[in-house]
Amino acid sequence: MNEQASLLIIDDERVVRDSLTKWFQEDGYIVGSAENAADALRKLQERQWQIILLDIKMPGMDGIELQPRIKQVDPTAIIIFITAHASVDSAVQALKAGAFDYVTKPIDPDYLSHLITNAIKARTLQNENIKLKEQVAEFGKADEIVGDSPQMKKVFELINTVAVTDTTVMIRGESGTGKELIARAIHSNSGRRYFPIITLNCGALPEGILESELFGHERGAFTGAQYRRKGKLELADGGTLFLDEVGNIGMKTQMDLLRVIETKQFSRVGGNEIITVDFRIICATNKDLEDAVRAGSFREDLYYRLNVFSINVPPLRERKSDIPLLAEYFVKKYGQAMGKCIDSISSEAMDVLVQYNWPGNVRELENAIERAMVIGKAPAIRPQDLPFQISDKNAMPTTGSLASIEKIHIAGILEQNNWNISRSAEVLQIDRVTLYNKIQKFGLKKP
Amino acid sequence: MPPIINIIDAIPLSPRDRESVLHHLEQSFGVPARLSSSTIDLQRAFDNGRHQFSSTALLTQLLDLEINGDEKVIALVGVDLFIPILTFVFGEAQLDGQAAIVSIHRLTNQFYGIEEDAILKRERLTKEIIHEAGHTFGLKHCRQFECVMRSSTYVEEIDVKRMDLCTECRGLFNHHLAEINHSHR
Repeated sequence: MNEQASLLIIDDERVVRDSLTKWFQEDGYIVGSAENAADALRKLQERQWQIILLDIKMPGMDGIELQPRIKQVDPTAIIIFITAHASVDSAVQALKAGAFDYVTKPIDPDYLSHLITNAIKARTLQNENIKLKEQVAEFGKADEIVGDSPQMKKVFELINTVAVTDTTVMIRGESGTGKELIARAIHSNSGRRYFPIITLNCGALPEGILESELFGHERGAFTGAQYRRKGKLELADGGTLFLDEVGNIGMKTQMDLLRVIETKQFSRVGGNEIITVDFRIICATNKDLEDAVRAGSFREDLYYRLNVFSINVPPLRERKSDIPLLAEYFVKKYGQAMGKCIDSISSEAMDVLVQYNWPGNVRELENAIERAMVIGKAPAIRPQDLPFQISDKNAMPTTGSLASIEKIHIAGILEQNNWNISRSAEVLQIDRVTLYNKIQKFGLKKP
Repeated sequence: MPPIINIIDAIPLSPRDRESVLHHLEQSFGVPARLSSSTIDLQRAFDNGRHQFSSTALLTQLLDLEINGDEKVIALVGVDLFIPILTFVFGEAQLDGQAAIVSIHRLTNQFYGIEEDAILKRERLTKEIIHEAGHTFGLKHCRQFECVMRSSTYVEEIDVKRMDLCTECRGLFNHHLAEINHSHR
């Protein structure tokens, strides 16, 4: 018996209250009793009662009317209705109203004993569930997205807007801007948060393997397939499938993926069994998908299926006001992980960080801080602790011809845009043909 | 004055069973146990609607008897007992009080349609008497499945229990007794 468990008996018949009180006191419960609704509500203010035995028929406010009032005071209370007159109607009414169970007087002692034990177990599980949900929410916050710039505030707004819906989301942004963090934030704020978020990096796998990763395979589907394997789609059932670098999917897998998105059904590679899954898709790309559609390397129908709600994550150079915030966040993170007493960044070092263009975005900044934390000394990170190339990379020469400055500038813009010609041309405010000509003229090569 | 347990035998028991009950009560609680000459009126506790006897009404009758401060009175009956909320009870006691009642009605194999076992019946009855007497000494239900203070809602559970208090319940009982003795000084 649980010595901590408490029961409140609400019944207008004194003899019932007394006999139940005595019965449960012998079991070691904390027992209280109330003869009517007003008395019960008063007792509920005095302390929390885990289990409430509530008589349906009482003068004045009856049990069915009282139940929502009890739930208002304590939504976690487990209510068991008791009645002398069994009727299907009142039982249905009670259970619909959220009662844990319904018993008819007189009750078999063994049944009552088990009922209360089960109610206590249910209450314990309910409390554990609440605690675990809180823990899950905390996990979601663990790798939080840092940013206070207007651009990031807009991103947060979009995350909040789309998270509660089940819409497919396309996250766009340069490499290292934190697209996966955005996907995780959407997932952990959605109704699917208690189910998994499964990540598949489409850019890292050749087409055959990608297909198997996505759909799973049956035993003997191909050489080396010795066992049946569940694919990411099956694993994401109930949750979210995050397709990173979605622009790199080959044409065949694109077609298969389109079919799954439309029907939510698929078969494992080498199998015939139809598997139905329920998932939400969030995808990310640093490619110009519109360009890929025009070039015929990405299916237009799939593009429209995926590009329902788009979030553009700005590169770090466009939100420089976030650099100090991010840098300090990483100092704290690595300080704790490495057990180092470095807790700040000198103003000179911070100037260097803010001036730099960060073509590798937040990921590059994080790496730079991690490295500085390794080689730096307490109490603060100094300019010399930062990677050497930061201080002079992208710096414009103060002397030399106009052409040499043009070459450096174009090379820098191309690098910042991952050699995306359309975007670089847009930034440089020239057309794509002119940009191609200049690349050729200056002998620039994609790294 | 040390406590004493008085038994009102309304069954009535065979001399051998009665002796066994008194002996085990004395052994369990270390206090004298004896037969009482008092009687109870079962018919006054009969419920026409349920065709059973109200254990609470019988308990009230016991409390109306002249009971000394340190006396415990336990009535043994052969009729089927109930409390209003439950279909039946094996017995009922005043927790940390003076009176208890135990029924043999559902402790017999005969009740369940199987061959009677006199020894088993005596053991079940003795365990239930010790259990209810334990309540009058303030003991609550115990989690140890073999302890006589474990709650039982069917006879097979009674059969699993031993006749004795477990170490924890024994400690609680001794503490209770020490408090009684202290209050007398």
